[in-house]
Amino acid sequence: MSSVEAPARGAVTPRLRAQRRKRLVAAVFVLPALLLLGALVLYPVIFSVGRSFFDASGDTFVGADNYTEMFRDPATLKAIRNSTIWVVVAPVLLTGLGLVLAVLTEKIRWATAFKLVLFLPMAVSFLAAGIIFRLAYEQDPERGVINAAVVGVHDSFSESSPYPNARSRDGETLVKDGEGYRGKDAAGPGDTVNLGFVGVPPGEMPGEAKPAADAAKSTAGQDELRGVVWLDFTPGGGGTAGEVDAKENGMPGMKVSAVRDGETVASTTTGDDGAYSFSGLDPGSYTVEVPASNFAAPYQGVSWLGPALITPAIIGAYLWIWTGFAMVLIAAGLAALPRETLEAARMDGANEFQIFRKITVPLLAPVLTVVFVTLVINVMKVFDLVYIIAPGPVQEDANVLATQMWLVSFGGGNDQGLGSALAVLLLALVVPAMIFNIRRFRRSES
Amino acid sequence: MRRTRRSGTAKATRISAAVAGSMALALGATACGGESPGPASGDGELSGQTVTVSAVWTGVEAKNFQKVLDAFSEETGAKTQLVASGDNVSTFVGSKIEGGQAPDVAMVPQVGVVQQFAQKGWLVPLSSKAEMETTRNFAGVWKNYGTVGTKFYGLYFKAANKSTVWYSPDALDQAGVKPPKTYAEMLKTAGTVSDSGTPAFAVGGEDGWTLTDWFENVYLSQAGPGKYDKLASHDMPWTDKSVVEALETLGELFGDKDLLYNGSAGALRTDFPTSVEQVFGPEPKAAMVYEGDFVGGIAKDQFDRTLGEDAKFFPFPAVGKGDAPVVSGGDAAVVLKDGKNQKAGMKLLEYLATPEAAAIWAEAGGFLSPNKELDLESYSDETTQAAAKELVDAGDTVRFDLSDQAPASFGGTKGTGLWKLLQDFLGDSSDPKATAAKIEAAAKKAYSKS
Repeated sequence: MSSVEAPARGAVTPRLRAQRRKRLVAAVFVLPALLLLGALVLYPVIFSVGRSFFDASGDTFVGADNYTEMFRDPATLKAIRNSTIWVVVAPVLLTGLGLVLAVLTEKIRWATAFKLVLFLPMAVSFLAAGIIFRLAYEQDPERGVINAAVVGVHDSFSESSPYPNARSRDGETLVKDGEGYRGKDAAGPGDTVNLGFVGVPPGEMPGEAKPAADAAKSTAGQDELRGVVWLDFTPGGGGTAGEVDAKENGMPGMKVSAVRDGETVASTTTGDDGAYSFSGLDPGSYTVEVPASNFAAPYQGVSWLGPALITPAIIGAYLWIWTGFAMVLIAAGLAALPRETLEAARMDGANEFQIFRKITVPLLAPVLTVVFVTLVINVMKVFDLVYIIAPGPVQEDANVLATQMWLVSFGGGNDQGLGSALAVLLLALVVPAMIFNIRRFRRSES
Repeated sequence: MRRTRRSGTAKATRISAAVAGSMALALGATACGGESPGPASGDGELSGQTVTVSAVWTGVEAKNFQKVLDAFSEETGAKTQLVASGDNVSTFVGSKIEGGQAPDVAMVPQVGVVQQFAQKGWLVPLSSKAEMETTRNFAGVWKNYGTVGTKFYGLYFKAANKSTVWYSPDALDQAGVKPPKTYAEMLKTAGTVSDSGTPAFAVGGEDGWTLTDWFENVYLSQAGPGKYDKLASHDMPWTDKSVVEALETLGELFGDKDLLYNGSAGALRTDFPTSVEQVFGPEPKAAMVYEGDFVGGIAKDQFDRTLGEDAKFFPFPAVGKGDAPVVSGGDAAVVLKDGKNQKAGMKLLEYLATPEAAAIWAEAGGFLSPNKELDLESYSDETTQAAAKELVDAGDTVRFDLSDQAPASFGGTKGTGLWKLLQDFLGDSSDPKATAAKIEAAAKKAYSKS
């Protein structure tokens, strides 16, 4: 027995030694990477976790105060809410869009050129893209191209009102009634009711407008209710409020109606000197109304940068940048699909939609998951777009965790304790996605 | 932000702010001004010495300041070197000191930064001669703002007048009104102007600082300099009755949608450069815009207006029984301890305290001096003269921008603190009391950390 064991033992020792040496060499090779990883990743993470238990100055230990403060602060809660919206909406939209585009581009002739164009935004920095979209989303149609299009379409379907800026001085000759106006006093046939407006820029008065003074003085007939609608402002000042002064013009094209007991009896439009008249009226008490349609404000477009739409708007800009990425990755996966399966399905009479749903998507699932998870992680750290596109007044409505963290710790807040707590929260949220990705990676390797 | 406020030229204000942190440093490190040609004659008392001066100024401003330095060279024989510090003066000076390259003189744009420098022990108290010149030529308030503890460190060479309401004379003529003298009159005037068809005010509410400036003027006039100081140092809470009153007063204007171009919602979408364009641009939309004297510079440089003809201002009117406010700010010259030519630097400060030095830049334009001995005739146009006169005449009642004196997280950050809360107030001015309470909460948080 011993004679058998002896050579065996002698054989083990050099093997062990070799193994040990191998391990040592491996350690030497790994060391630089470990050191770098430790210094650049592990240490900052641990430091941030530690820092999050201290106050703004970093001197006093405050326990979990920063964490409770974090969930009490409405601005942070809003950032958490926005981050959630981002994570739920953006990757789904992007993966979906990428898939649809990848499948479609497979079938067109200039596929490469098309893909190239869609991929181009990836080459634009977030900062530049942010500036571009900030301008594109501007509400004033003269600046923002998107609203210019929206307003253009809207205006070609609906008419604009003649006097969007006109208003009356409080209760002088007119009373505000909803969006329109009505004469202050009730009137009957034989009365003259003059209605004075202000606030119309000289450039917006129709060219044919004539002085209203003469028409204002003419007396009404027996069964007639008449008067003028005029601009109660003498250019250069000097007129008397509520009176039709010599230099003051009538307002042509104004719709006026006579109303009795809530029912419109007659309607007319004013002439060049602003005069209107209703004749053939039965005796009784009437109100003269100037309906809202005269004053409807011009369509302002969509308030993309307002508090309600700011997050969807920024997600839109994000889509513009990343769609190309999703599409190219998915298209690569698509190219690797076994053609024979698709052909077989076609032979069996499946239509294109069935093929897409039953064959392409299931086979592509691994690629789709990779794209999706990568995008989730990417979306978590979105910063530049939010910071640049959101104007000051709505910044709080647009903030995501990353911007909030920066603002709290460096952007004026100067509270790196709270900022670190936010960073830890962000880390905690990214870690599951990371673990998932690494696991998948391992599985596909084995 | 501050640079933009001064020159107000950058359209993409916020974007530049986004990269300011890194850019300012990079620029500051690389963009150094060249050595001045200076007179070669070396017969002055300081001949052979070079004074290094750092300032935020670039372009025309740097060129004009260089003229002042050249005059100093001529008088003393010292050479001068102007270095651009970039926006973040304290970072710039700090890194220069650490690198052993400290400038001899630094022009510091904020009162808080002068205090910070003094507390870090970076500064030398000014010589008794410089102090004497200052006492003789400046109102006491300027010396106070340059004093930390009991020592006098900062000489305010260049100032801004942030109590000027700019208007388009055409628009006021069209409405037949004259520039108002009181706040109540201003509201009435604004009403008449709006009736004439031109909305009275363009307000750049998308930039929070324009709103803090509005508030500061109303508050300084209505509550008086005493309370203003207390509020600036946060020795008095923002929930004080005087603050609520000032907000109510401001709300009379902000809350009237007929007085603002596009109403308050429109004002919140308008940044400062655009608000100036709305009054002085090629297609004027509104009649008046309130901000500092630099509005005139923009109207002149960007929109080809002639100051005093088609771009004028009236002093921010007095509110209630108070005096007309003068809110200001300025660049203070300080001498650094680590500078190599400290003595020559001190001589430069003594020179900057004289009216002669101020007159040089005043003639070149784009400059206001708090020096009361400076002949107003030195300014190149009447409008600037009037702005300077307002500033000097206000004497000791001049107050520095309150939000500049507050911690940055409260008084100087986009999207939070005072900026954001006043923006909310512009959007809905119905509850001044609630606004005051929210401001106080934000202030408490910020001041406790600084």
